[in-house]
Amino acid sequence: MNPILQSLIENKPFTPLDATQLSALAANLRLEMFDVLHSRQTGHWGGASSAAELTTALYFNRMNVNPDNPRDEDRDRFILSKGHASMNLYTVLAHRGFFPVSDLPGFRTLGSHLQGHPSMNKTSGVDMSTGALGHGLSIGIGMALASQVNNRDYFTYVLSGEGCLDEGQTWEAMLSASKFKPRKLVYMIDYNGVQLDGTSNDIMPLDPLADKFHSFGWNVASSEFDGHDMNSILDSFAWIDSDDIWPKAVIYKTVKGKGVSFMEGKNTWHGAPIDDDSYSKGRVELLADIEKKEALL
Amino acid sequence: MSVAMREAFGKKVAELGKTNDRIVVLDADVSSSTKSGLFGNEFPERFFNVGVAEANMVGVAAGLATAGLHPIVNAFSIFLALKATDQIRNVFCYNKLPLVIAGAYGGLSDSYDGASHQSITDIAIMRALPEMEVIVPCDAQMAESALEYALTQNKPVYIRLNRNAVPDVGLPFDAAQKKGVVVKEGSDVTLAANGITLSATLEAAQILEGKGIKAEVLAMPFVKPFDVQTLKASVEKTGRLVSVEEHTVVGGFGSACLEALSTEAFNYSYRAVGVEDRFTETGGYDELLVTYGISGANIAAKAEELV
Ligand SMILES: Cc1ncc(C[n+]2csc(CCOP(=O)(O)OP(=O)(O)O)c2C)c(N)n1
Repeated sequence: MNPILQSLIENKPFTPLDATQLSALAANLRLEMFDVLHSRQTGHWGGASSAAELTTALYFNRMNVNPDNPRDEDRDRFILSKGHASMNLYTVLAHRGFFPVSDLPGFRTLGSHLQGHPSMNKTSGVDMSTGALGHGLSIGIGMALASQVNNRDYFTYVLSGEGCLDEGQTWEAMLSASKFKPRKLVYMIDYNGVQLDGTSNDIMPLDPLADKFHSFGWNVASSEFDGHDMNSILDSFAWIDSDDIWPKAVIYKTVKGKGVSFMEGKNTWHGAPIDDDSYSKGRVELLADIEKKEALL
Repeated sequence: MSVAMREAFGKKVAELGKTNDRIVVLDADVSSSTKSGLFGNEFPERFFNVGVAEANMVGVAAGLATAGLHPIVNAFSIFLALKATDQIRNVFCYNKLPLVIAGAYGGLSDSYDGASHQSITDIAIMRALPEMEVIVPCDAQMAESALEYALTQNKPVYIRLNRNAVPDVGLPFDAAQKKGVVVKEGSDVTLAANGITLSATLEAAQILEGKGIKAEVLAMPFVKPFDVQTLKASVEKTGRLVSVEEHTVVGGFGSACLEALSTEAFNYSYRAVGVEDRFTETGGYDELLVTYGISGANIAAKAEELV
């Protein structure tokens, strides 16, 4: 990790990073995900990379979390409903200080706290276990409603891909969210257009997605945000803060497998082990991206 | 090692599709994992990928089944058994409609994905449903036989498949007989193996042999209907039973053995091998099997406790 970035993320008290810093950090974290996924020969590159900027922005700019008190009742909550992107969440949590970065290479080994899919009672900082697609939004509604019952004022973020939106439970949750209007519930869609078997257009078309949120009574951002551009992500955060109408949904245009050109947008890189040849070629591209972004620091 | 069971099964589905035009195949965005895509490539007009929506998939299959078609639904076994149980029970079983439930990634075989994906309660759930049949093949060839058999039935049949290449046991097996197979004869203890646990069980028999204990090994792919005759004949002779399954010991194959023998007059002693009542975890498949006791050494140790 670049020493400037390292000192920024170690600052106490934690100071939110700006767009330039976040971009450079996300590029570094993406490479680290790539390295561990390659060395372990298991895990999901496509969806981890797709959300690298989103989770980096949440944890290093926006969310009120405290690694020294991971279950702080006032903390903001995050549910990775697309739990197969666990490598992404673990990398972000480790660098945010929830557990040692040196735990990451143990990903998915027997005895590691870094399970195949996030496990809230094993890994510090994980707010909900996920893996079976489709659970996240319902649980997020419950967490957000609990803030009202308990007189707390935290945000609840749910991140999902297309997969969760295929599941019927999500649409039950969509209905009930517009009934209960849970305050500070933000549903973030990592909309890369590719799932396990193929593109969403082939497997289960979702467009026009924003219209669906509208018709279900949600406050959905009228513009699509670019989920790989930190300025765009920070704009989306400003939109979230622009009024008090809940629940909110934000659709982020993303690219599955982002950062490695020959893996981008391909369902075959959803969960395939990364072979040595693809790894060395991919690493060159990811390093170049880091260099470009760190030059702006 | 043979081809992976899922590969063999997927190929067989595609092959049978050529001669059986009643077959329709459904998948829930995992057709490249379950290998149902092989059928999809050949018969796109009889293949429906419904996205990640297991309950919807089974409901759609039911509609197809009412019109004379024979659906084969494919998804990870844990999600079929948990997300589509209602549709399987209240639509298929209740109305006795034909269905093949191809439960991919059975047992611990989706090992690295961890507890959320490991299917260790599917057998207990499926076998509790009236009209359901439950088959757990021990190798690729048995899986193919189970498929051919299931397609002759006018009711739901659950076939639990393994993700990985497992050793070919090559037993004489015709699923239509609904019988277990005596793989090795012995007189001291019966080792009844369900599914792919057969190879570890045969290893256990060898370990026991070295200690002068003669184990009889049964391959028991049918959990339901249960082949009580084969089990009874063996346990009556040995007076000792160890059941072995890649599943929780609560309500699965071991429980089916005990229920089957509960009305018999003879006494026998018993040990269960399987996942104790707990959640499993991430790891390599072989190391997980050993961790949860599905190993030659542990099965032999359990048998020794009885002798
Ligand atoms: C209930 C359920 N069914 C199937 C799966 C297997 N599975 C894992 S990821 C995935 C596709 C997910 O697509 P998407 O949400 O678009 O993932 P992303 O591109 O964001 O990684 C599937 C079908 C699962 N985890 N849960």
